[in-house]
Amino acid sequence: MVIEVENLSKVFGDFKAVNQISFEVGKGEIFGFLGANGAGKTTAMKMLIGISSPSSGKATVAGFDVYKNAEDIKKNIGYMSQKFALYDDLTIKENITFFGGIYGLSRSRIKEKSELLINELGLQDVAKELVGSLPLGWKQKLSFSVALLHEPKIIFLDEPTGGVDPITRRQFWELIYKAANKGITVFVTTHYMDEAEYCDRVSIMVDGKIEALDTPKKLKEQFNVDSMNDVFLKLARG
Amino acid sequence: MLPLIFVLPLIQLIVLSNAATFEVKNIAFSYVDNDKTPYSRGLIEKFEASTFFNVLTSFPSQEIANSAMLRGEVDVILEIPLHFERDLSKEKKTELLVIINAIDGAAAGVENVYINQIIQGFNKNAQASLIKPSDLKYPYKSITSIPSFWFNETLNYKTFMVPGILVLLVTMITLFLSGMNIVREKEIGTLEQMNVTPIKKHQFIIGKLFPFWVLGMGLLTIGLIIGKAIFNVPMLGSIGVMYFYTSIYILVILGMGLFISNFTDTQQQAMFIAWFFVVIFILMSGLFTPIESMPKWAQIITEFNPIKYFVEVMRMVMLKGSSLADIAPLLIKTLIYALIINGLAIWSYKKTS
Repeated sequence: MVIEVENLSKVFGDFKAVNQISFEVGKGEIFGFLGANGAGKTTAMKMLIGISSPSSGKATVAGFDVYKNAEDIKKNIGYMSQKFALYDDLTIKENITFFGGIYGLSRSRIKEKSELLINELGLQDVAKELVGSLPLGWKQKLSFSVALLHEPKIIFLDEPTGGVDPITRRQFWELIYKAANKGITVFVTTHYMDEAEYCDRVSIMVDGKIEALDTPKKLKEQFNVDSMNDVFLKLARG
Repeated sequence: MLPLIFVLPLIQLIVLSNAATFEVKNIAFSYVDNDKTPYSRGLIEKFEASTFFNVLTSFPSQEIANSAMLRGEVDVILEIPLHFERDLSKEKKTELLVIINAIDGAAAGVENVYINQIIQGFNKNAQASLIKPSDLKYPYKSITSIPSFWFNETLNYKTFMVPGILVLLVTMITLFLSGMNIVREKEIGTLEQMNVTPIKKHQFIIGKLFPFWVLGMGLLTIGLIIGKAIFNVPMLGSIGVMYFYTSIYILVILGMGLFISNFTDTQQQAMFIAWFFVVIFILMSGLFTPIESMPKWAQIITEFNPIKYFVEVMRMVMLKGSSLADIAPLLIKTLIYALIINGLAIWSYKKTS
């Protein structure tokens, strides 16, 4: 198991943002982390990527403890946030070089990787343009590829397809599958229920708790509905 | 944010109105008494009785007094000549040499007027008691004081202001830029992205602040060139000493900027807080108001004002030609300040919330 979570909680004052969640994610799995706005998805994810300390419970990511070895976790994961978080005032190439450097990749490795990445995404013509001038869909794909630059074991995606068109979303999921086929574990939060269908397993969070966790097929059977959308509505409405 | 909007201006109003005075008070006064007679002691007593002067010490010789002036320990030296009493009673005239630290030209002018008033007051009394009927045919003779303005002979305002304003510019630009820079990354989300990478705290901070350090040194260079080319400000001391001090000073300011950005969430807040400190620092730096003229409590506050040290060092080196050894105490204080503020800044910068 690459991610193991047991009774993990995060409390802000009286508010239990994440309330004793437990789950496991296996290697190469695409794990969908669903929930309504404010259900606690992002908070839970921040604990797993080592930028928020849990209030209680246990969790290991890539074999490292979230309390003691947060910095070791960071070496082994990639992260793509809701906000586009590459540097707008650097070019595509400069961004790749910069993040490659931060993860300690050698110069020759960065050069090789950056050419590969730019070719894969078809960004040859704009490689020397500022990232800020790119359309959102391109930015998201670039951001995803940069997060994979250091070949992490797990990649965390926080609503990666927010605000992009259906074609780009489709292409984005192709990238996700490609990564999963290479054995990279994908942990993804989303609002789009059609995307939930693409996941190997799905968990649905309601008010800080995980209310359902299984493959999309079994969840639909369990709730006796035709789509993940209906599963979600049944759960979220209570 | 709301409390800040009301509390910070109130603090400024109360502190600055009391501290930023244009009165010249507590003048650091010293004397060399070569006469040692009741009359010379009488004159000194007049200075002791005045609220404007703070009679610090008596020096055995002019040389020792001069070196104290160079170190900035005293602002006025009154030299009473040998045979002061005898000349006064026999010749009915004598001369006093007054040396005034004129780096702050305006204050030096005021100090000279105060000194003259005291001397003339003393003169009147002395003449009245010394006068004999036979002397009446002579016109009224007096003590003349010969002022000598050191470090800025012509009381040139620009000589005094240029080093100080240069200090302000270097400080303001580096503080505002460093304060807002990291907050900006918080706003656009790249800071979170950086926090998810294995980058070490010190690597990130050095990477963020080093460009501003270079920028500050560049500003100093441009400022010095303009000071020389346009204002022809004297540069008696070593340029190397100025750069060495500034290289450490900027660390204090960058640490402050980082510290502010750790406790704010938006560039607006960071700007607001940085501005609050800058206004207090400027008005309490000794640039406009001599620090000796401030009330005691305000003088204690100025000990925590980095600009005060920078202004003092720049004036010492540029106008007095002070050496590294002369500014060593200020340099050490600045260095300690830099270590503490950067320690706090690094400690308060957290990759994990």
